[in-house]
Amino acid sequence: MSTPTNTETSPKTVPTYSRKDFLSSTEPRWCAGCGTFATFNGITRAFVNAGIEREKFAVVSGIGCSSRLPYYSNTYGFHTIHGRAPTVAMGLKMANPDLNVWVITGDGDGLSIGGNHFIHLMRRNPNIKVVLFNNQIYGLTKGQTSPTSPLGAKTKSAPYGSVDRPMHPLTVALGAGATFVARVPDTDNELMYQVLNAASKHEGVAIVEVLINCVIFNDKVFESITNKETRPDTTVLLEAGKPLLFGANKDRGIIMKNDRPTVAKIGEGGARLEDVIIHDPQNPNSGYAFMLAEMGDSELPVPYGIFRQIHEHVHKPHAGKGNKEGLLKTLRGSNTWSVDNSGKISSLEK
Amino acid sequence: MQENNVQYSSGSKPTELIDSSVIRLGGDSGDGMQLVGDLFTNTCAIFGDYFATLPDYPSEIRAPAGTIFGVSGFQLCIGGSEVFTPGDMYDTLIAMNPAALKVNLPQVRKGGTVIINEDAFIPKNLEKAGYTENPLDQSETWKNYRLVRVPMTSATQNLLSDLPLSSKEADRCKNFFALGVLLWLYNRSPEYSRKWMTKKFERKADILKANMRTFEGGLQFGETCAALNHRWNLKKSGPAPKAGVYRNITGNQAAAMGLMAAAERSGLRLFLGSYPITPATDIMHELSKYPDFATVFQAEDEIAGIGSAIGAAFGGALAATNTSGPGFSLKSEFMNLAVMTELPLVIIDVQRAGPSTGIPTKTEQSDMMQAMFGRHGESPMVVMAASTPKDCFDTAVEASRIALKYMTPVIMLSEGYLGNGSEVWRVPELDELPSFPAKFRTDPTNFKPYERDPETLARPWAIPGTPGLEHRLGGLEKLDGAGTVSQDGPNHEKMTHLRAAKVAKVAQDIPKTEVYGHPEAELLVLGWGGTAGVIKSAVRNLSGQGYKVACAHIRYLNPLPPDLESLLKKYKKVLLPELNSGQLWYRLRAELLINTEKLNKMQGQPFRIDEIESKIKSLLGAH
Repeated sequence: MSTPTNTETSPKTVPTYSRKDFLSSTEPRWCAGCGTFATFNGITRAFVNAGIEREKFAVVSGIGCSSRLPYYSNTYGFHTIHGRAPTVAMGLKMANPDLNVWVITGDGDGLSIGGNHFIHLMRRNPNIKVVLFNNQIYGLTKGQTSPTSPLGAKTKSAPYGSVDRPMHPLTVALGAGATFVARVPDTDNELMYQVLNAASKHEGVAIVEVLINCVIFNDKVFESITNKETRPDTTVLLEAGKPLLFGANKDRGIIMKNDRPTVAKIGEGGARLEDVIIHDPQNPNSGYAFMLAEMGDSELPVPYGIFRQIHEHVHKPHAGKGNKEGLLKTLRGSNTWSVDNSGKISSLEK
Repeated sequence: MQENNVQYSSGSKPTELIDSSVIRLGGDSGDGMQLVGDLFTNTCAIFGDYFATLPDYPSEIRAPAGTIFGVSGFQLCIGGSEVFTPGDMYDTLIAMNPAALKVNLPQVRKGGTVIINEDAFIPKNLEKAGYTENPLDQSETWKNYRLVRVPMTSATQNLLSDLPLSSKEADRCKNFFALGVLLWLYNRSPEYSRKWMTKKFERKADILKANMRTFEGGLQFGETCAALNHRWNLKKSGPAPKAGVYRNITGNQAAAMGLMAAAERSGLRLFLGSYPITPATDIMHELSKYPDFATVFQAEDEIAGIGSAIGAAFGGALAATNTSGPGFSLKSEFMNLAVMTELPLVIIDVQRAGPSTGIPTKTEQSDMMQAMFGRHGESPMVVMAASTPKDCFDTAVEASRIALKYMTPVIMLSEGYLGNGSEVWRVPELDELPSFPAKFRTDPTNFKPYERDPETLARPWAIPGTPGLEHRLGGLEKLDGAGTVSQDGPNHEKMTHLRAAKVAKVAQDIPKTEVYGHPEAELLVLGWGGTAGVIKSAVRNLSGQGYKVACAHIRYLNPLPPDLESLLKKYKKVLLPELNSGQLWYRLRAELLINTEKLNKMQGQPFRIDEIESKIKSLLGAH
């Protein structure tokens, strides 16, 4: 019995790829100006840099604008059904562990209809990468409230404003035990590439939330945290080993005051640089990353970068390799009797 | 006749030779009747007896002790020649308490033996069972039966009084007393049970001693009890069984074994994506024991169960998922994805009484229409049904073979009655099974993901990891051949026809439908699924008596066997018994324009032989 992988027996050098090698002949059909283009760019750059044969990539998606991505990637791809990409990815990875499996999903696909699969993918920690395109709206069905739409957001399904509190995708991922958790905006190609690259190399499940601007149904919803002018004051870049400083002059920092993250201007009110929290994505306590994931609702800046990156048990199925003899023994079980050609019965029991 | 008419014999009482016997064990869920049944069955197996068993348990794990709804049962039919069903009317009943007597007595045949645990007939238990008077005192009732009153609880306590056991622990041993009585009654050797106990309790000396002593007490009771004035031996008749290795197997175990065997015959790794659901879970339990032969994924829900299986199929595994009605509904959207992407997949539905949660532990054949039509769009799938517990093995192998040959999802219908029931199975040598090595496409020259094999209309299976064959699958309609996304109307119509044509092609793999019974039959009893045994028993009995009746049983429900129409037209009348309100009946009218006589039952229980027989008699008229 063989595991059906087509890996060659002799060591083979991985060809040097360019990004073009990862583009299929189908032209992407996203709206002009959509953040998915930049994200697709980042993903394919990470593929090029992975040092893995192209045929070993499999991109699995659900339903939604972002989930069309597999058609545009010149790899193996599977555009599955709404919300269920993690389940297909899981089976594919278990059947064929040599593959580099990526899940492409959105806020509606991954967190609403697919919420259950999302949390179980996170808790099982398979070596699967998840890119969650969060535009806070249902795009492909033309503009309904999504689980990440803010309270009061006016949408086609909530013309008087959404009455549902939104979900923070990364807190859900962390609550479920995710081992690599990151966020990037669709406007920062370099950060996008770095983070996706780190995700690609992580051993275990990786979730990267990309804030996507939906130019048609939710334009400029992330404007204040993505445009060049305001971004320095509204966001903080997470860099391992470095203090959580932000602002155009990096003169404000996040400190803990009465057990709460608080913004302090360095030098003012006795706030010192050494009081500023040093970013540690390997903090074994997920509470720290959880705190970061909740930031952004008041005066606290929205963090970008890698929130958490830890090493935990990676999902692996039991996989023995039985032979024909062993299988026959299994079929027979422990309680057998035999009949010979003369019809004589004897117990085979030991 | 077999040469070795093995009979165990010891003791002094006379023995009577019988063809077969139906035994029913009834007690509280915690009384250990299942274990007594298993040990007795295995003993019979080693004697070369034929048998069929049916555990019958409530959906509560430990329902309140002593109540009617807490009664758990184990039924078996043993015979000296081939046995097709666990039987209808009981020849012997063991009732551990008043509730078990109340539930089961109506099914005991006149003259049958009723063994009761006398000590359990106390006012509290009588009241729980709804008896206003102690039924043991009603001499009128017992004129029709051989009543054997056994002080099982007190005898057990007395036997164990010098052992350091609590009275609760001692009480738990009483099922071995019952086992001892039963083995004595059927003149079967106690050796197997002794060995089993010795091994099972090897590290618990006191428990071993207690169970053993209780067991011997039961055997001794048979010898000394005046009411047990004779015992039975089975008459060995019919042809000797085919040479080989035999075992007892349930339908769910057999389905699991069939999938593993199919993986070996196809050279693939088996993957099962599953979620617990009664009565299908034992398939997952079984496969989970053998990581050498199966990768089992206990998914977060039914949908993830099939989703992971589809992912595994994409990845080149022999993929399967198993479930029962409610889970079958949940899987339907993914079944469509398997139809659209034309991936091989086996979906096993162990049917139970529905709709909704229904009666989870009771059997029915009511998902056939859903298997056929319960999906959105036009979504044809191959459907086949297992007919006996051991046939679950062959059907699982066949479902896998068809799925791989035609690159299509296949639904295998089983039933709670088959999944939990067991019978004697001759374990085949693997080389006796068909060989169907899976072929992966590896050549990138002119590769088209939806190019078709003209024989089977199967598309190529190109799995991730193969250089140069990178392609995308998905639920969007595919362009014929190229397999790219297509929204073109005429192409969609063409693909709809192609998907249907592919399933229809499977007809070329269906063997001739076999007929059993009277050579000049006027009435054909047609069956599918778990009614096979009961129909065959009824037809065997009646054709033997000269009734012009025969039967045929079909495994393939979609496509239907190509010879079915001409076969049915040969008979004046066709009777179609189903454990639903007429689902195959409806299809035969719709697809073949053939009107059959219905016989339907939806009581969570299989047909009884006499129910089929009386319908046959009424259709054939006076004999």
